[in-house]
Amino acid sequence: MNLQLTPDGRLRHLLTIDGLPRRLIQDLIEAADSLRSVALRGNKKLPLLRGRTILNLFFEASTRTRTTFELAAERLSADVVNLDVASSSTSKGESLLDTLATLEAMHCDMFVVRHPDSGAAHFIAEHASPGVAVLNAGDGRHAHPTQALLDAYTIHRHKPRFEDLTIAVVGDVLHSRVARSELRAFGILGAGELRVVGPRTLLPPAIEELGVSVHTDMDAGVADADVIVMLRLQRERMRGAFLPSEGEYFRRYGLSAERLKLAKPDCIVMHPGPMNRGVEIASEVADGPQSVILEQVSNGLAMRMAVMSHILGAQVPA
Amino acid sequence: MNKVVIRGARICFPHLGLDRVADVLFESGLVHGLDPKPARCRGAEEVDGSGRWLIPGLVDLAARLREPGATHKADIRSEATAALLGGITHLVLPPDTRPAVDSTAVVELILRRAREGRGATVHLIGALTRDLGEESLAELGALRAAGCIAVGNIGRAIGNTNLLRRALQYAASLDLPVHLQAVDPWIGAGGVAHEGRVAALQGLPGIPETAETLALARDLMLVEEAGVRAHFGRLSCARSVAMIAEAKARGLRVSADVAMPQVYLNEHDVLPFRADAHLLPPLRTANDRDALRRGLASGAIDAVCSDHQPHDADAKLRPFPAAEPGASGVDSFLGLGLKLIDDDVLSLASWLERAALAPRRILGLPAPTLDEGAVPDFVLIDATSERTLDAGSMASRGKNTPFRGWRIPGRVDLAAIADRLWIR
Repeated sequence: MNLQLTPDGRLRHLLTIDGLPRRLIQDLIEAADSLRSVALRGNKKLPLLRGRTILNLFFEASTRTRTTFELAAERLSADVVNLDVASSSTSKGESLLDTLATLEAMHCDMFVVRHPDSGAAHFIAEHASPGVAVLNAGDGRHAHPTQALLDAYTIHRHKPRFEDLTIAVVGDVLHSRVARSELRAFGILGAGELRVVGPRTLLPPAIEELGVSVHTDMDAGVADADVIVMLRLQRERMRGAFLPSEGEYFRRYGLSAERLKLAKPDCIVMHPGPMNRGVEIASEVADGPQSVILEQVSNGLAMRMAVMSHILGAQVPA
Repeated sequence: MNKVVIRGARICFPHLGLDRVADVLFESGLVHGLDPKPARCRGAEEVDGSGRWLIPGLVDLAARLREPGATHKADIRSEATAALLGGITHLVLPPDTRPAVDSTAVVELILRRAREGRGATVHLIGALTRDLGEESLAELGALRAAGCIAVGNIGRAIGNTNLLRRALQYAASLDLPVHLQAVDPWIGAGGVAHEGRVAALQGLPGIPETAETLALARDLMLVEEAGVRAHFGRLSCARSVAMIAEAKARGLRVSADVAMPQVYLNEHDVLPFRADAHLLPPLRTANDRDALRRGLASGAIDAVCSDHQPHDADAKLRPFPAAEPGASGVDSFLGLGLKLIDDDVLSLASWLERAALAPRRILGLPAPTLDEGAVPDFVLIDATSERTLDAGSMASRGKNTPFRGWRIPGRVDLAAIADRLWIR
């Protein structure tokens, strides 16, 4: 049985981009496009999920991501409960399954799950009751599917033909669930060329087998790119001997205005946030005319509304 | 012990050049030879051996029994019994119990419990260092005197090369064999899967091949320098097979084993996040698995073991990285071995060599015979019987197996080891 898709091809859960049909991703992009306009109205609410209950289940702190899921659910008129599980039940020794069982007894319709372990969303979906959907909001290094979908949507708004695009994903690919999900999504959408750029210490050894080209030289990696996705660099990477220093990282792999000139003139710059200015990206690029970083945040809300509506069977108005 | 005669079994003891149908009589802990005269069988319980194979008892070079320290998972009685029901008459318990096997008190406790359990005979590896740590040597001489057949630091790698060097030298001076598991404590630390395609795609922290091969290279050099007899357990990759073969060719007194999951499975079997396939060493590539099979066939790898690690259900009911590593193995050891014959990886004789005879040589145990007056050490199996491996068909308290749902051949109808006899 496909854990993620129903027999008629709808999402039962959203756990990973892997295995999603291209048509489904395109449908979600279209739905997000319709929903984006809602945020521009005076009344920002739609009654699509009225009476439904969504639980934000965050085993790893992330105010920013949790807020976008919360807001997306509220704009669809769902009831939302936020649970910071990292500081509650499981820290008292309760098992993950016991926590889930307790929450299911409250008759919710969807768990939005963030967890530090790869595969946690899959595990929860396997053990959840049939009536509860699981939406992966980031699990370990594995997947962050809504981020990939919102980034695909953002690219689509600027450059609709993926086949023509050269996309460079730059930075800590090894530890990045965002990168893994994006590379899959862009691949399914038929991106012309996918590149990953970074030092060997931050690239998974078999990453070439994903059909990407690997660049350890940043200048070559961003040359003639249509899209550059900068990844966040966790500061603890210095302690793990992945890198010598933030300064050297910026010199070798930071996106400066000068380096951006190597890309296509209309290249867009993306970042899943939160940014480390002066570490992976220069402020003048982050705030510059080619940056679509704040637009990603707006689009993220629309895409999460689209995914929630789709999974819970609500018809998004065209 | 009852007087028992097994009628018409195919007796396969390849080391004795024996492969023929015969009757076997044994009584009071002693064999009374093949094809005994009818008068001698009077009053004996008769076991129909027709269509069955009577083979040397299997020997498992690594089986965790979880006692002392984790009896909520399993205990010596449950697992030594499960092993015997699975055709294993001898098993080796690594020293990473809690507390570790680093004192005569722990050795005596385990061996006493094992005797009370009346399952497979339990052999102990003593810790090479105190509490398997990095500070000082364990009392190796005392451990041997208490009953340890070898010493080693299985389950916790020694990073301090100088400490390991001295430990090997000291063991050599006692002529104590050393069992080692080649793991670098830093490379791949925190990893949960082979550092390769699957880990890259699934975002699982990886353990590269070099975590094993670098440690193996270091350990082989120190073993050579110390002149100690060494056994390397649970090898997982092709390069290790080549390194062991090369070391043997240079004349080192080394042997090696591989665990059954590594003989059958590869990195793709962890998909989709199957906690039962979370193993250490990790499941590596299909090429590695094939090389391990070839190593078994050629003899570069001397033995195959179960690497039995029973867990309670909660230990595996977690997301993959958080699940405890290891698989329960004694229930499937015989069946998967017979499947190696079905799959033309090994002949019957070479499987018995890898699963019963070579392990005895590695442990310094005598090869079993059926001579008049010999101590029984054999099992009677139905190699044609098949079953589906699942919780209901497993005798171990640990139901955690990556082979769940597999149809595997082999059923044990009788197991005899010294004065212990089990008949189905």
